Amino acid sequence: MDLSVRIGSLTLKNPLIAASGCFGYGVEYADLVDLSSLGAIAVKGLFLTEREGHPPPRIVETPAGMLNAIGLQGIGVHRFVDEKLPELRARRATVIVNVCGTTLDEYVEVSRILSDADGVAAIELNISCPNIKEGGIQFGCSLTGTFEVVSAVRKVTRLPIIPKLTPNVTDVASFARAAEDAGADAVSLVNTFLAMVIDVETRRPKISNIVGGLSGPAIRPIAVRMVYECRQTVKIPIVGMGGIAGARDVLEFMIAGADAVQVGTANFVDPFVWSKLLDGIREYLERHRIEKITDLIGSIDTRMQDKEWISS
Amino acid sequence: MFDVDAEVIANRSLSNDYNVLTLGAPPIAAASEPGQFVMVKPNAGFDPLLRRPFSVFEVLRDNNGAPAAVTLLSKRIGPSTALLYDARPGQRIACLGPLGRPFTVVEPPLDAWMIAGGVGLAPFATLAEALRARRVTTTLFYGARSGAELFYLDFFRSLHVELVLTTEDGSIGERGRVVAPLARALESRTASAPIMLYACGPEGMLSATAQVATKYQRSCQVSVERIMGCGLGGCYSCVVPMRGDDGRMHHVRSCLAGPVLPADQIVWD
Repeated sequence: MDLSVRIGSLTLKNPLIAASGCFGYGVEYADLVDLSSLGAIAVKGLFLTEREGHPPPRIVETPAGMLNAIGLQGIGVHRFVDEKLPELRARRATVIVNVCGTTLDEYVEVSRILSDADGVAAIELNISCPNIKEGGIQFGCSLTGTFEVVSAVRKVTRLPIIPKLTPNVTDVASFARAAEDAGADAVSLVNTFLAMVIDVETRRPKISNIVGGLSGPAIRPIAVRMVYECRQTVKIPIVGMGGIAGARDVLEFMIAGADAVQVGTANFVDPFVWSKLLDGIREYLERHRIEKITDLIGSIDTRMQDKEWISS
Repeated sequence: MFDVDAEVIANRSLSNDYNVLTLGAPPIAAASEPGQFVMVKPNAGFDPLLRRPFSVFEVLRDNNGAPAAVTLLSKRIGPSTALLYDARPGQRIACLGPLGRPFTVVEPPLDAWMIAGGVGLAPFATLAEALRARRVTTTLFYGARSGAELFYLDFFRSLHVELVLTTEDGSIGERGRVVAPLARALESRTASAPIMLYACGPEGMLSATAQVATKYQRSCQVSVERIMGCGLGGCYSCVVPMRGDDGRMHHVRSCLAGPVLPADQIVWD
Protein backbone atom coordinates (compact mmCIF):
# COMPACT_ATOMS: atom_id res chain seq x y z
CA MET A 1 0.00 0.00 0.00
CA ASP A 2 1.44 3.35 -1.06
CA LEU A 3 0.45 6.39 1.00
CA SER A 4 2.94 8.76 -0.58
CA VAL A 5 1.77 11.89 -2.36
CA ARG A 6 3.51 14.62 -4.33
CA ILE A 7 3.35 18.38 -3.87
CA GLY A 8 5.24 19.70 -6.85
CA SER A 9 8.81 18.41 -6.57
CA LEU A 10 8.24 17.36 -2.97
CA THR A 11 7.26 13.79 -2.10
CA LEU A 12 5.51 13.23 1.23
CA LYS A 13 5.45 9.74 2.74
CA ASN A 14 1.79 10.24 3.55
CA PRO A 15 -0.76 13.01 3.01
CA LEU A 16 -0.91 14.22 6.63
CA ILE A 17 0.58 17.62 7.37
CA ALA A 18 0.43 19.37 10.74
CA ALA A 19 -1.27 22.70 10.09
CA SER A 20 0.56 25.94 10.68
CA GLY A 21 -0.34 27.67 13.92
CA CYS A 22 -1.52 24.41 15.45
CA PHE A 23 1.76 22.60 16.01
CA GLY A 24 4.09 25.29 17.36
CA TYR A 25 7.47 24.93 15.71
CA GLY A 26 7.13 21.14 15.76
CA VAL A 27 9.78 20.73 18.46
CA GLU A 28 7.09 21.11 21.14
CA TYR A 29 5.68 17.76 19.97
CA ALA A 30 8.97 15.98 19.33
CA ASP A 31 8.74 13.83 22.46
CA LEU A 32 5.10 12.86 21.82
CA VAL A 33 5.02 12.21 18.10
CA ASP A 34 7.63 10.78 15.74
CA LEU A 35 7.91 13.92 13.61
CA SER A 36 9.30 11.89 10.72
CA SER A 37 6.11 9.81 10.65
CA LEU A 38 4.09 12.79 9.41
CA GLY A 39 3.93 13.70 5.75
CA ALA A 40 5.19 17.11 6.79
CA ILE A 41 4.81 19.74 9.47
CA ALA A 42 3.88 23.32 8.65
CA VAL A 43 5.46 25.40 11.39
CA LYS A 44 4.02 28.53 12.91
CA GLY A 45 4.04 31.59 10.68
CA LEU A 46 7.26 33.58 10.58
CA PHE A 47 7.98 37.22 9.84
CA LEU A 48 11.48 38.67 9.56
CA THR A 49 11.41 39.68 13.22
CA GLU A 50 9.81 38.57 16.47
CA ARG A 51 6.18 39.43 17.17
CA GLU A 52 4.30 39.22 20.45
CA GLY A 53 0.83 38.79 18.93
CA HIS A 54 -2.47 39.84 20.46
CA PRO A 55 -3.19 40.10 24.19
CA PRO A 56 -5.21 37.24 25.69
CA PRO A 57 -7.92 36.00 25.63
CA ARG A 58 -6.99 34.62 22.25
CA ILE A 59 -9.38 31.70 21.77
CA VAL A 60 -12.94 30.78 22.55
CA GLU A 61 -14.84 27.61 21.86
CA THR A 62 -17.81 27.53 19.51
CA PRO A 63 -20.17 24.69 18.62
CA ALA A 64 -17.88 21.99 17.17
CA GLY A 65 -15.20 24.57 16.62
CA MET A 66 -13.04 27.31 18.01
CA LEU A 67 -12.32 30.93 17.27
CA ASN A 68 -8.77 32.21 17.50
CA ALA A 69 -6.93 35.47 17.17
CA ILE A 70 -3.38 34.72 18.25
CA GLY A 71 -2.01 37.52 16.09
CA LEU A 72 0.89 35.56 14.61
CA GLN A 73 3.10 35.62 17.69
CA GLY A 74 6.40 34.25 16.53
CA ILE A 75 10.15 34.21 16.97
CA GLY A 76 11.05 35.50 13.51
CA VAL A 77 12.84 33.69 10.73
CA HIS A 78 16.40 34.14 12.03
CA ARG A 79 15.75 32.60 15.43
CA PHE A 80 13.76 29.83 13.75
CA VAL A 81 16.67 28.92 11.51
CA ASP A 82 19.14 29.06 14.42
CA GLU A 83 17.12 27.55 17.26
CA LYS A 84 14.44 25.25 15.81
CA LEU A 85 15.54 24.02 12.42
CA PRO A 86 18.55 22.00 13.69
CA GLU A 87 16.33 19.88 15.95
CA LEU A 88 13.72 19.45 13.21
CA ARG A 89 16.50 18.27 10.89
CA ALA A 90 17.80 15.87 13.53
CA ARG A 91 14.28 14.48 13.94
CA ARG A 92 14.06 14.01 10.16
CA ALA A 93 10.91 16.08 9.91
CA THR A 94 9.75 17.31 6.52
CA VAL A 95 9.43 21.02 7.25
CA ILE A 96 7.10 23.42 5.48
CA VAL A 97 7.62 26.96 6.71
CA ASN A 98 4.65 29.29 6.83
CA VAL A 99 5.93 32.66 5.63
CA CYS A 100 4.28 35.93 6.63
CA GLY A 101 4.89 39.48 5.57
CA THR A 102 3.63 42.98 6.11
CA THR A 103 5.07 43.97 2.74
CA LEU A 104 5.97 42.27 -0.52
CA ASP A 105 9.64 42.76 0.35
CA GLU A 106 9.26 40.97 3.67
CA TYR A 107 7.74 37.88 2.00
CA VAL A 108 10.63 37.88 -0.44
CA GLU A 109 13.30 38.36 2.24
CA VAL A 110 11.92 35.68 4.60
CA SER A 111 11.60 33.25 1.68
CA ARG A 112 15.15 33.99 0.52
CA ILE A 113 16.55 33.32 4.00
CA LEU A 114 14.66 30.03 4.22
CA SER A 115 15.85 28.97 0.77
CA ASP A 116 19.43 29.29 2.00
CA ALA A 117 18.72 27.31 5.16
CA ASP A 118 19.30 23.59 5.42
CA GLY A 119 16.19 21.55 6.11
CA VAL A 120 13.29 23.51 4.64
CA ALA A 121 11.21 21.41 2.24
CA ALA A 122 8.69 24.00 1.07
CA ILE A 123 7.31 27.47 1.69
CA GLU A 124 3.68 28.07 2.54
CA LEU A 125 2.85 31.70 1.85
CA ASN A 126 0.51 33.03 4.50
CA ILE A 127 -1.61 35.50 2.60
CA SER A 128 -4.73 34.63 4.52
CA CYS A 129 -4.40 35.24 8.27
CA PRO A 130 -7.64 36.99 9.21
CA ASN A 131 -6.33 38.36 12.49
CA ILE A 132 -3.78 41.01 11.67
CA LYS A 133 -4.51 44.21 9.82
CA GLU A 134 -1.14 45.13 8.42
CA GLY A 135 -0.10 42.13 6.42
CA GLY A 136 -0.92 39.07 4.52
CA ILE A 137 -4.62 39.20 4.11
CA GLN A 138 -4.60 42.30 1.86
CA PHE A 139 -2.56 40.21 -0.58
CA GLY A 140 -4.79 37.20 -0.14
CA CYS A 141 -8.00 39.15 -0.73
CA SER A 142 -6.84 40.64 -4.03
CA LEU A 143 -6.21 38.63 -7.19
CA THR A 144 -3.40 40.93 -8.28
CA GLY A 145 -1.95 40.91 -4.75
CA THR A 146 -1.92 37.12 -4.73
CA PHE A 147 -0.30 37.06 -8.16
CA GLU A 148 2.33 39.61 -7.15
CA VAL A 149 3.39 37.89 -3.91
CA VAL A 150 3.72 34.50 -5.55
CA SER A 151 5.58 35.95 -8.56
CA ALA A 152 7.99 37.87 -6.36
CA VAL A 153 8.78 34.89 -4.12
CA ARG A 154 9.06 32.65 -7.20
CA LYS A 155 12.02 34.75 -8.33
CA VAL A 156 14.05 34.07 -5.16
CA THR A 157 13.41 30.41 -4.39
CA ARG A 158 13.44 26.99 -5.99
CA LEU A 159 11.57 25.53 -3.04
CA PRO A 160 7.98 24.53 -3.69
CA ILE A 161 5.71 27.53 -3.03
CA ILE A 162 2.30 26.86 -1.52
CA PRO A 163 0.16 29.98 -1.06
CA LYS A 164 -2.37 29.43 1.73
CA LEU A 165 -5.71 30.81 0.62
CA THR A 166 -8.41 32.51 2.63
CA PRO A 167 -12.01 31.34 2.40
CA ASN A 168 -13.17 34.89 3.13
CA VAL A 169 -13.62 35.75 -0.55
CA THR A 170 -16.46 35.25 -3.00
CA ASP A 171 -14.65 32.81 -5.27
CA VAL A 172 -11.68 30.94 -3.81
CA ALA A 173 -11.01 29.14 -7.09
CA SER A 174 -10.12 32.39 -8.86
CA PHE A 175 -7.41 32.95 -6.22
CA ALA A 176 -6.10 29.44 -6.74
CA ARG A 177 -5.87 30.25 -10.46
CA ALA A 178 -4.05 33.53 -9.79
CA ALA A 179 -1.55 31.60 -7.66
CA GLU A 180 -1.13 28.95 -10.37
CA ASP A 181 -0.62 31.59 -13.05
CA ALA A 182 2.08 33.22 -10.91
CA GLY A 183 4.04 29.99 -10.63
CA ALA A 184 2.85 28.45 -7.37
CA ASP A 185 3.60 24.73 -7.04
CA ALA A 186 0.43 24.09 -5.05
CA VAL A 187 -2.20 25.90 -3.02
CA SER A 188 -3.37 25.15 0.50
CA LEU A 189 -6.88 25.94 1.68
CA VAL A 190 -8.70 26.92 3.72
CA ASN A 191 -7.40 29.27 6.36
CA THR A 192 -9.97 30.12 9.04
CA PHE A 193 -13.31 31.81 8.52
CA LEU A 194 -13.60 35.31 9.95
CA ALA A 195 -16.07 35.10 12.81
CA MET A 196 -16.98 36.48 16.22
CA VAL A 197 -18.45 35.47 19.56
CA ILE A 198 -20.06 37.88 22.04
CA ASP A 199 -20.73 37.35 25.74
CA VAL A 200 -24.34 38.50 26.01
CA GLU A 201 -24.12 39.07 29.77
CA THR A 202 -21.26 41.55 29.50
CA ARG A 203 -21.86 42.45 25.80
CA ARG A 204 -18.15 42.11 25.29
CA PRO A 205 -16.41 40.10 22.57
CA LYS A 206 -14.96 36.85 23.91
CA ILE A 207 -11.51 37.42 22.40
CA SER A 208 -9.37 40.53 22.66
CA ASN A 209 -9.13 41.08 18.92
CA ILE A 210 -12.99 41.22 18.73
CA VAL A 211 -12.98 39.03 15.61
CA GLY A 212 -11.01 35.88 14.89
CA GLY A 213 -10.72 32.85 12.69
CA LEU A 214 -13.11 29.90 13.01
CA SER A 215 -11.72 26.39 12.71
CA GLY A 216 -12.73 22.87 13.67
CA PRO A 217 -15.31 20.34 12.48
CA ALA A 218 -17.93 23.10 12.12
CA ILE A 219 -16.23 24.44 8.98
CA ARG A 220 -15.38 21.15 7.28
CA PRO A 221 -18.22 20.93 4.74
CA ILE A 222 -17.51 24.47 3.51
CA ALA A 223 -13.81 23.71 3.21
CA VAL A 224 -14.51 20.49 1.28
CA ARG A 225 -16.70 22.45 -1.14
CA MET A 226 -13.94 25.00 -1.68
CA VAL A 227 -11.33 22.31 -2.34
CA TYR A 228 -13.72 20.73 -4.83
CA GLU A 229 -14.18 24.06 -6.61
CA CYS A 230 -10.44 24.65 -6.81
CA ARG A 231 -9.90 21.13 -8.15
CA GLN A 232 -12.21 22.00 -11.05
CA THR A 233 -10.20 25.14 -11.73
CA VAL A 234 -6.45 24.49 -11.31
CA LYS A 235 -4.05 21.71 -12.21
CA ILE A 236 -1.49 22.26 -9.43
CA PRO A 237 -1.75 20.13 -6.27
CA ILE A 238 -4.12 21.19 -3.52
CA VAL A 239 -3.49 20.84 0.20
CA GLY A 240 -6.93 20.69 1.79
CA MET A 241 -7.81 21.52 5.36
CA GLY A 242 -10.61 22.59 7.63
CA GLY A 243 -11.99 20.61 10.53
CA ILE A 244 -10.38 17.24 9.83
CA ALA A 245 -10.84 15.08 12.93
CA GLY A 246 -10.92 11.52 11.60
CA ALA A 247 -9.66 9.37 8.75
CA ARG A 248 -12.94 9.70 6.87
CA ASP A 249 -12.46 13.46 6.84
CA VAL A 250 -9.00 13.06 5.26
CA LEU A 251 -10.50 10.76 2.62
CA GLU A 252 -13.35 13.20 1.98
CA PHE A 253 -10.93 16.04 1.24
CA MET A 254 -8.85 13.82 -1.05
CA ILE A 255 -11.86 12.55 -2.95
CA ALA A 256 -12.93 16.19 -3.40
CA GLY A 257 -9.54 16.87 -4.96
CA ALA A 258 -6.91 17.40 -2.28
CA ASP A 259 -3.46 15.86 -2.88
CA ALA A 260 -2.61 16.20 0.80
CA VAL A 261 -4.30 17.56 3.90
CA GLN A 262 -3.47 19.57 6.97
CA VAL A 263 -4.78 18.85 10.45
CA GLY A 264 -4.91 21.59 13.04
CA THR A 265 -7.59 21.87 15.68
CA ALA A 266 -7.89 18.08 16.07
CA ASN A 267 -4.25 18.00 17.18
CA PHE A 268 -5.18 20.24 20.12
CA VAL A 269 -7.81 17.76 21.24
CA ASP A 270 -5.64 14.71 20.63
CA PRO A 271 -1.90 15.08 20.01
CA PHE A 272 -1.83 11.39 19.10
CA VAL A 273 -4.40 11.84 16.32
CA TRP A 274 -1.82 11.17 13.59
CA SER A 275 -1.42 7.42 14.03
CA LYS A 276 -5.19 7.06 14.36
CA LEU A 277 -5.69 8.88 11.06
CA LEU A 278 -3.11 6.70 9.33
CA ASP A 279 -4.67 3.52 10.70
CA GLY A 280 -8.09 4.62 9.48
CA ILE A 281 -6.76 5.52 6.03
CA ARG A 282 -5.02 2.14 5.69
CA GLU A 283 -8.16 0.30 6.76
CA TYR A 284 -10.19 2.15 4.13
CA LEU A 285 -7.70 1.56 1.33
CA GLU A 286 -7.54 -2.13 2.19
CA ARG A 287 -11.31 -2.47 2.29
CA HIS A 288 -11.64 -0.71 -1.07
CA ARG A 289 -8.64 -2.57 -2.54
CA ILE A 290 -6.87 0.65 -3.42
CA GLU A 291 -3.10 0.26 -3.83
CA LYS A 292 -2.07 3.90 -4.11
CA ILE A 293 -3.71 6.67 -2.15
CA THR A 294 -3.13 9.01 -5.09
CA ASP A 295 -5.84 7.06 -6.93
CA LEU A 296 -8.33 8.67 -4.58
CA ILE A 297 -7.43 12.27 -5.40
CA GLY A 298 -10.32 14.00 -7.12
CA SER A 299 -12.14 10.70 -7.54
CA ILE A 300 -15.51 12.08 -6.58
CA ASP A 301 -18.28 10.50 -8.64
CA THR A 302 -21.05 12.96 -9.39
CA ARG A 303 -22.75 10.99 -12.17
CA MET A 304 -25.62 9.51 -10.17
CA GLN A 305 -26.61 12.87 -8.87
CA ASP A 306 -26.69 14.21 -12.43
CA LYS A 307 -29.10 11.49 -13.52
CA GLU A 308 -31.34 11.96 -10.53
CA TRP A 309 -31.53 15.66 -11.14
CA ILE A 310 -32.42 15.07 -14.78
CA SER A 311 -35.13 12.52 -14.02
CA SER A 312 -36.76 14.44 -11.20
CA MET B 1 3.48 12.76 29.92
CA PHE B 2 0.79 10.15 29.52
CA ASP B 3 -2.49 9.96 27.64
CA VAL B 4 -4.87 7.91 29.76
CA ASP B 5 -8.45 6.93 28.98
CA ALA B 6 -9.21 7.27 32.67
CA GLU B 7 -12.06 5.59 34.47
CA VAL B 8 -14.10 7.75 36.83
CA ILE B 9 -13.62 5.99 40.16
CA ALA B 10 -15.61 8.41 42.25
CA ASN B 11 -17.27 11.80 41.93
CA ARG B 12 -18.03 13.60 45.15
CA SER B 13 -20.16 16.73 45.15
CA LEU B 14 -18.87 19.32 47.63
CA SER B 15 -21.58 21.90 46.91
CA ASN B 16 -23.93 22.93 44.13
CA ASP B 17 -20.91 23.99 42.06
CA TYR B 18 -17.85 22.18 43.35
CA ASN B 19 -16.96 18.53 42.96
CA VAL B 20 -13.95 16.29 43.42
CA LEU B 21 -13.52 13.82 40.60
CA THR B 22 -11.33 10.75 41.05
CA LEU B 23 -9.74 9.46 37.85
CA GLY B 24 -7.93 6.14 37.62
CA ALA B 25 -4.65 7.13 35.96
CA PRO B 26 -1.68 5.37 37.61
CA PRO B 27 1.09 6.71 35.34
CA ILE B 28 -0.14 10.29 35.70
CA ALA B 29 -0.53 9.88 39.46
CA ALA B 30 3.00 8.49 39.72
CA ALA B 31 4.60 11.27 37.68
CA SER B 32 2.69 14.29 39.02
CA GLU B 33 4.53 16.97 40.95
CA PRO B 34 2.81 19.70 42.98
CA GLY B 35 1.49 22.44 40.68
CA GLN B 36 1.33 20.38 37.51
CA PHE B 37 -1.86 20.01 35.51
CA VAL B 38 -3.76 17.64 33.26
CA MET B 39 -5.84 18.29 30.14
CA VAL B 40 -9.16 16.47 30.33
CA LYS B 41 -12.02 15.90 27.91
CA PRO B 42 -15.17 14.68 29.59
CA ASN B 43 -17.02 13.80 26.39
CA ALA B 44 -16.47 12.10 23.08
CA GLY B 45 -17.41 14.18 20.06
CA PHE B 46 -17.25 17.83 19.20
CA ASP B 47 -19.30 19.79 21.72
CA PRO B 48 -17.51 20.77 23.83
CA LEU B 49 -14.57 20.29 21.50
CA LEU B 50 -11.37 21.10 23.37
CA ARG B 51 -9.83 19.66 26.52
CA ARG B 52 -9.75 21.73 29.70
CA PRO B 53 -6.79 22.26 32.03
CA PHE B 54 -7.05 21.22 35.70
CA SER B 55 -4.50 21.23 38.48
CA VAL B 56 -3.83 17.79 39.90
CA PHE B 57 -5.65 18.16 43.24
CA GLU B 58 -4.67 14.92 45.03
CA VAL B 59 -2.60 11.87 44.20
CA LEU B 60 -4.32 8.78 45.63
CA ARG B 61 -2.54 5.51 46.34
CA ASP B 62 -3.75 1.93 46.28
CA ASN B 63 -3.50 -0.51 49.20
CA ASN B 64 0.12 -1.23 48.35
CA GLY B 65 0.99 2.44 48.39
CA ALA B 66 1.37 2.73 44.63
CA PRO B 67 0.02 5.89 42.97
CA ALA B 68 -3.28 4.88 41.39
CA ALA B 69 -5.47 7.90 40.79
CA VAL B 70 -5.56 11.67 40.60
CA THR B 71 -8.41 13.84 41.78
CA LEU B 72 -9.53 17.12 40.25
CA LEU B 73 -11.18 19.95 42.17
CA SER B 74 -13.67 21.41 39.71
CA LYS B 75 -16.07 24.34 39.85
CA ARG B 76 -19.02 24.26 37.49
CA ILE B 77 -18.75 27.34 35.26
CA GLY B 78 -19.51 26.03 31.74
CA PRO B 79 -20.39 23.01 29.62
CA SER B 80 -17.21 21.02 30.30
CA THR B 81 -17.24 21.55 34.05
CA ALA B 82 -20.96 20.72 34.06
CA LEU B 83 -20.11 17.37 32.45
CA LEU B 84 -17.41 16.81 35.07
CA TYR B 85 -19.87 17.69 37.84
CA ASP B 86 -22.34 15.11 36.51
CA ALA B 87 -19.77 12.41 35.66
CA ARG B 88 -20.68 8.90 36.85
CA PRO B 89 -18.34 6.23 38.19
CA GLY B 90 -17.35 3.83 35.42
CA GLN B 91 -17.45 6.55 32.79
CA ARG B 92 -14.23 7.25 30.82
CA ILE B 93 -12.58 10.66 30.64
CA ALA B 94 -9.55 11.39 28.47
CA CYS B 95 -6.75 12.66 30.68
CA LEU B 96 -3.39 13.93 29.41
CA GLY B 97 -0.57 14.75 31.78
CA PRO B 98 1.14 15.62 33.97
CA LEU B 99 1.94 18.87 32.18
CA GLY B 100 3.69 22.12 32.94
CA ARG B 101 6.27 23.35 35.39
CA PRO B 102 5.60 22.47 39.04
CA PHE B 103 6.11 24.55 42.16
CA THR B 104 9.62 24.78 43.54
CA VAL B 105 9.17 23.13 46.95
CA VAL B 106 11.19 24.89 49.63
CA GLU B 107 13.06 23.36 52.57
CA PRO B 108 13.52 24.61 56.13
CA PRO B 109 14.51 27.13 57.37
CA LEU B 110 12.05 28.67 54.90
CA ASP B 111 8.41 28.73 55.89
CA ALA B 112 5.74 28.25 53.21
CA TRP B 113 2.67 30.44 52.96
CA MET B 114 0.06 29.25 50.51
CA ILE B 115 -2.60 31.74 49.39
CA ALA B 116 -5.72 30.22 47.80
CA GLY B 117 -8.89 31.81 46.43
CA GLY B 118 -11.91 29.61 45.63
CA VAL B 119 -11.11 26.79 43.25
CA GLY B 120 -7.51 28.06 43.41
CA LEU B 121 -7.15 25.67 46.35
CA ALA B 122 -6.53 22.90 43.81
CA PRO B 123 -2.70 22.85 43.56
CA PHE B 124 -2.16 23.17 47.32
CA ALA B 125 -3.14 19.73 48.56
CA THR B 126 -0.16 18.02 46.91
CA LEU B 127 2.09 20.98 47.71
CA ALA B 128 1.10 20.78 51.39
CA GLU B 129 2.01 17.08 51.41
CA ALA B 130 5.39 17.77 49.82
CA LEU B 131 6.07 20.58 52.31
CA ARG B 132 5.02 18.36 55.21
CA ALA B 133 7.43 15.65 54.03
CA ARG B 134 10.20 18.24 54.22
CA ARG B 135 9.05 19.45 57.67
CA VAL B 136 8.39 22.93 56.35
CA THR B 137 6.21 25.09 58.62
CA THR B 138 3.24 25.85 56.40
CA THR B 139 0.32 28.28 56.54
CA LEU B 140 -2.70 28.33 54.22
CA PHE B 141 -4.45 31.66 53.66
CA TYR B 142 -7.71 30.53 52.11
CA GLY B 143 -10.57 32.73 50.95
CA ALA B 144 -13.97 31.88 49.49
CA ARG B 145 -17.36 33.47 48.98
CA SER B 146 -18.83 31.73 52.04
CA GLY B 147 -17.96 29.15 54.66
CA ALA B 148 -19.83 26.51 52.67
CA GLU B 149 -17.21 26.90 49.95
CA LEU B 150 -14.19 26.36 52.17
CA PHE B 151 -13.22 22.74 51.52
CA TYR B 152 -10.74 20.18 52.81
CA LEU B 153 -9.95 22.11 55.99
CA ASP B 154 -9.46 18.89 57.97
CA PHE B 155 -7.14 17.56 55.29
CA PHE B 156 -4.84 20.56 55.68
CA ARG B 157 -5.11 20.45 59.49
CA SER B 158 -4.02 16.80 59.39
CA LEU B 159 -0.85 17.96 57.63
CA HIS B 160 -0.24 20.49 60.42
CA VAL B 161 -0.98 23.39 58.11
CA GLU B 162 -2.03 26.51 59.97
CA LEU B 163 -5.24 27.91 58.48
CA VAL B 164 -6.12 31.58 58.02
CA LEU B 165 -9.63 31.71 56.58
CA THR B 166 -11.61 34.54 55.03
CA THR B 167 -15.08 34.63 53.49
CA GLU B 168 -16.76 37.41 51.57
CA ASP B 169 -19.93 37.00 53.67
CA GLY B 170 -18.09 36.58 56.96
CA SER B 171 -19.72 33.21 57.69
CA ILE B 172 -16.36 31.65 58.61
CA GLY B 173 -13.13 33.45 59.46
CA GLU B 174 -12.46 37.07 58.68
CA ARG B 175 -14.92 38.91 56.43
CA GLY B 176 -13.35 40.10 53.19
CA ARG B 177 -10.56 39.08 50.87
CA VAL B 178 -7.70 36.76 51.70
CA VAL B 179 -4.97 39.25 50.80
CA ALA B 180 -5.87 41.43 53.83
CA PRO B 181 -4.68 38.97 56.52
CA LEU B 182 -1.76 38.03 54.27
CA ALA B 183 -0.61 41.66 54.15
CA ARG B 184 -0.91 41.99 57.94
CA ALA B 185 1.05 38.79 58.48
CA LEU B 186 3.79 39.98 56.15
CA GLU B 187 3.86 43.33 57.99
CA SER B 188 4.36 41.66 61.37
CA ARG B 189 6.92 39.12 60.16
CA THR B 190 10.55 40.04 60.80
CA ALA B 191 12.48 40.55 57.61
CA SER B 192 15.14 38.04 58.60
CA ALA B 193 12.66 35.13 58.82
CA PRO B 194 12.54 33.66 55.30
CA ILE B 195 9.25 32.71 53.62
CA MET B 196 8.19 31.45 50.21
CA LEU B 197 4.74 32.55 49.04
CA TYR B 198 2.64 30.32 46.79
CA ALA B 199 -0.58 31.71 45.30
CA CYS B 200 -3.43 30.41 43.16
CA GLY B 201 -6.82 31.94 42.58
CA PRO B 202 -8.67 34.69 40.72
CA GLU B 203 -6.57 37.15 38.73
CA GLY B 204 -7.33 40.08 41.09
CA MET B 205 -6.23 38.05 44.09
CA LEU B 206 -3.02 37.01 42.32
CA SER B 207 -2.07 40.54 41.31
CA ALA B 208 -2.84 41.83 44.83
CA THR B 209 -0.72 39.03 46.28
CA ALA B 210 2.11 39.86 43.86
CA GLN B 211 1.87 43.49 44.97
CA VAL B 212 2.22 42.76 48.69
CA ALA B 213 4.96 40.22 47.96
CA THR B 214 6.91 42.94 46.17
CA LYS B 215 6.21 45.44 48.95
CA TYR B 216 7.62 43.10 51.61
CA GLN B 217 10.32 41.73 49.30
CA ARG B 218 9.19 38.12 49.45
CA SER B 219 9.49 35.58 46.64
CA CYS B 220 6.14 34.47 45.29
CA GLN B 221 5.29 31.63 42.93
CA VAL B 222 1.86 31.97 41.35
CA SER B 223 -0.08 29.26 39.54
CA VAL B 224 -1.97 31.04 36.77
CA GLU B 225 -5.13 29.83 35.08
CA ARG B 226 -5.51 30.66 31.40
CA ILE B 227 -7.77 29.55 28.58
CA MET B 228 -5.77 26.76 26.97
CA GLY B 229 -6.24 25.16 23.59
CA CYS B 230 -3.82 22.27 23.83
CA GLY B 231 -1.66 22.42 26.98
CA LEU B 232 1.38 21.40 24.95
CA GLY B 233 2.73 24.62 23.46
CA GLY B 234 1.10 24.19 20.07
CA CYS B 235 -1.55 26.88 20.00
CA TYR B 236 -0.19 29.96 21.80
CA SER B 237 -3.57 30.61 23.46
CA CYS B 238 -2.52 30.60 27.11
CA VAL B 239 0.10 33.34 27.07
CA VAL B 240 0.95 35.55 30.04
CA PRO B 241 2.67 38.92 29.58
CA MET B 242 6.03 38.73 31.36
CA ARG B 243 9.03 40.99 31.61
CA GLY B 244 12.04 39.33 30.02
CA ASP B 245 15.71 39.70 30.87
CA ASP B 246 15.85 42.28 28.09
CA GLY B 247 13.37 44.43 30.05
CA ARG B 248 10.72 44.05 27.36
CA MET B 249 7.31 42.41 27.65
CA HIS B 250 6.98 38.96 26.11
CA HIS B 251 3.95 36.72 25.77
CA VAL B 252 4.98 33.49 27.49
CA ARG B 253 3.05 30.25 27.09
CA SER B 254 1.78 29.33 30.55
CA CYS B 255 1.42 25.66 29.55
CA LEU B 256 5.17 25.27 29.03
CA ALA B 257 6.79 28.01 31.13
CA GLY B 258 4.03 27.70 33.77
CA PRO B 259 1.46 27.24 35.13
CA VAL B 260 3.72 28.15 38.05
CA LEU B 261 5.41 31.47 37.31
CA PRO B 262 7.44 33.98 39.34
CA ALA B 263 4.98 36.71 40.38
CA ASP B 264 7.47 39.54 40.04
CA GLN B 265 8.07 38.89 36.34
CA ILE B 266 4.40 38.91 35.35
CA VAL B 267 3.09 42.17 33.91
CA TRP B 268 -0.13 42.55 35.87
CA ASP B 269 -2.95 44.65 34.40
